[in-house]
Amino acid sequence: MRMTRLIALIKKDLKHTVREPAMLFQILLFPLLVTVVFGLAFGAMDSGSTTTFSIGVVNMDSGSEHPEWAGYFVGNLTSLNGTVVSSYDSNATGQVDLLNGNLHALVVLPAGFGASCNSYWLAPLDGNSWTNTTVELYVDSGSMIAGSAVPPMIQQVLLRTLYGETVASLDLPLTIGRPASVAASTFTAWDYMAPGMYAFASIFLVMTVAQTMTVERDTGLIKRMSTTPVTASEFILSKTASNMVLALGQVIIVFGASYAIGYRPETDITGMAFAFVIALVFALTCVGFGLITAVLSKSAEVATGLSFVFIMPMMFFGTFMQFGGLTQSIGAFMPSNYLTHALTTLFLRGASVTTLSLWTDLLVVAVVSILVLAAGVILFGKQIRK
Amino acid sequence: MSENAIQISNLTVRFGSVTAVDGLNLEVKWGELFGLLGPNGAGKTTTIKVLSTLLRPTEGIARVGGHDVTKEQEDIREIIGVCPQEPSFYPFLTGRENIELYGDFHSMPKKTLKERVDSLIQRIGMEDHANRRAREYSGGMIRRVSTLMALVHDPKVALLDEPTVAMDPVSRRSVWEFIRELKHNGKAIILTTHYMEEAEELCDRVGIIDQGRLIAIGTPSDLKKEYGAEHLEDVFIRLTGKKLKEDV
Repeated sequence: MRMTRLIALIKKDLKHTVREPAMLFQILLFPLLVTVVFGLAFGAMDSGSTTTFSIGVVNMDSGSEHPEWAGYFVGNLTSLNGTVVSSYDSNATGQVDLLNGNLHALVVLPAGFGASCNSYWLAPLDGNSWTNTTVELYVDSGSMIAGSAVPPMIQQVLLRTLYGETVASLDLPLTIGRPASVAASTFTAWDYMAPGMYAFASIFLVMTVAQTMTVERDTGLIKRMSTTPVTASEFILSKTASNMVLALGQVIIVFGASYAIGYRPETDITGMAFAFVIALVFALTCVGFGLITAVLSKSAEVATGLSFVFIMPMMFFGTFMQFGGLTQSIGAFMPSNYLTHALTTLFLRGASVTTLSLWTDLLVVAVVSILVLAAGVILFGKQIRK
Repeated sequence: MSENAIQISNLTVRFGSVTAVDGLNLEVKWGELFGLLGPNGAGKTTTIKVLSTLLRPTEGIARVGGHDVTKEQEDIREIIGVCPQEPSFYPFLTGRENIELYGDFHSMPKKTLKERVDSLIQRIGMEDHANRRAREYSGGMIRRVSTLMALVHDPKVALLDEPTVAMDPVSRRSVWEFIRELKHNGKAIILTTHYMEEAEELCDRVGIIDQGRLIAIGTPSDLKKEYGAEHLEDVFIRLTGKKLKEDV
């Protein structure tokens, strides 16, 4: 094996990435774009920053004997932080705004709302004497955050309307201790996604490797190279090395972009070093899958499509998309899942690098990488020697 | 050093039921430029592929620089320069980078490589285009660069498979000059071509191959004399009953 040849081949591949706009986008700009867009989009979620909900109220009880209760309700709702309340004459007009996305929720106070509240205070302990009514709540089905946040808010406003301010300061004999992991409450949705983004960015190496290999094979470049002293091992090793350089670039880009938009992982320099190592080891898996894809593909176009056979499962079952149940079980077979798990342990849980699970994750990723890369090298080597 | 640069004995290559090369016997001496002529599918490229270690013969022996093509492939790859029929190159590299890459494949020292590339580029008239990406080149330019990729390391044996196809007359002449120079430096060259003019102009000897068999061999003038023909083209037609596919 000659270093001159190896370095020349690696330089050639890196020049290709830098000079080929499509490749440059796929390898470097795509991870940057995804990180920035996802980071900005999800960074505000659950961050403790003010999220305002537009809530419409239809008061059907305005002409009743006790209209003041509806007034209390609207007052309490308006005084709640993060709500903008608007009144509607009818349910129909409110529904139109809800359907058009102008409202996060619509509350319909029925006729008899005041009488119902009043009946409670006339006999608080005699449920049989109460006049029961139902407050209708419609939530924007297009907003995940409104769907989970608005119902408890309305419940709180109803309790406050019925019991007054004291409901918030009832003395109880039991209290909940502040858990040590309470810091998690300040995390944004992006903080939960970021570890998976490292795996996500690397996964697309499968496609890049498969494409470049098939192009070099189909255009006769590999055949031509086979008439020179370059060996199959040198060629494949150079591909692996150049893609590792690109993977390192991707990890730096994802981290740099995350940092620039405010992401601060809960780890130190050793944790970061560990994160880089495991991400690079995982990149070897992707190179291996890329080689296998190239062997199975007759052209670069076929390679592009076929690479998704490896990309999709690793992406959906092992990166930032967190599902439960069956998908979690399938994720146990995805190397990307172990990378994401390790990075979550480091970046979110703030675990030190001595934590056993980190090394278990690294071991799994390393073993899978060696096996997949070996399979790819053997298959592709066999094909080019033919 | 072996007496003959290339020694082919009873070379046969079969692809299933198709016999591409059928019992070929041939010797090419050092410093000789040998032309392999024949219509498409005659077995020229298959022969070149065997000599360049890309294809294993079904039967027979082929030696390049004294090395057996089936047993000493690495030794052969050190001494040959192959210019394939379809020029394969890296489109995102410049012409110069493509040529230098092949010099690196042969572990040429940096300084020597640079000087050699500068000189080669100048000789084929590519000085103004050498630093442009190869994807922007015309077909003729790509052919010229492809020829230099094969010859940058100053190979002892050059295997040139139709190197001047689609070149304009000026480019073709410059490549001819370059090939002639290689011959004078003692290199052995096998050149396949459709161009009779090229074969007459350059080759010391030519072999006419049809349906995998060598049907005539000799110097262009001897063959013309033997078959009472004015041009090699006429010799070819008399022997094969076919015209070469492309005209000059």
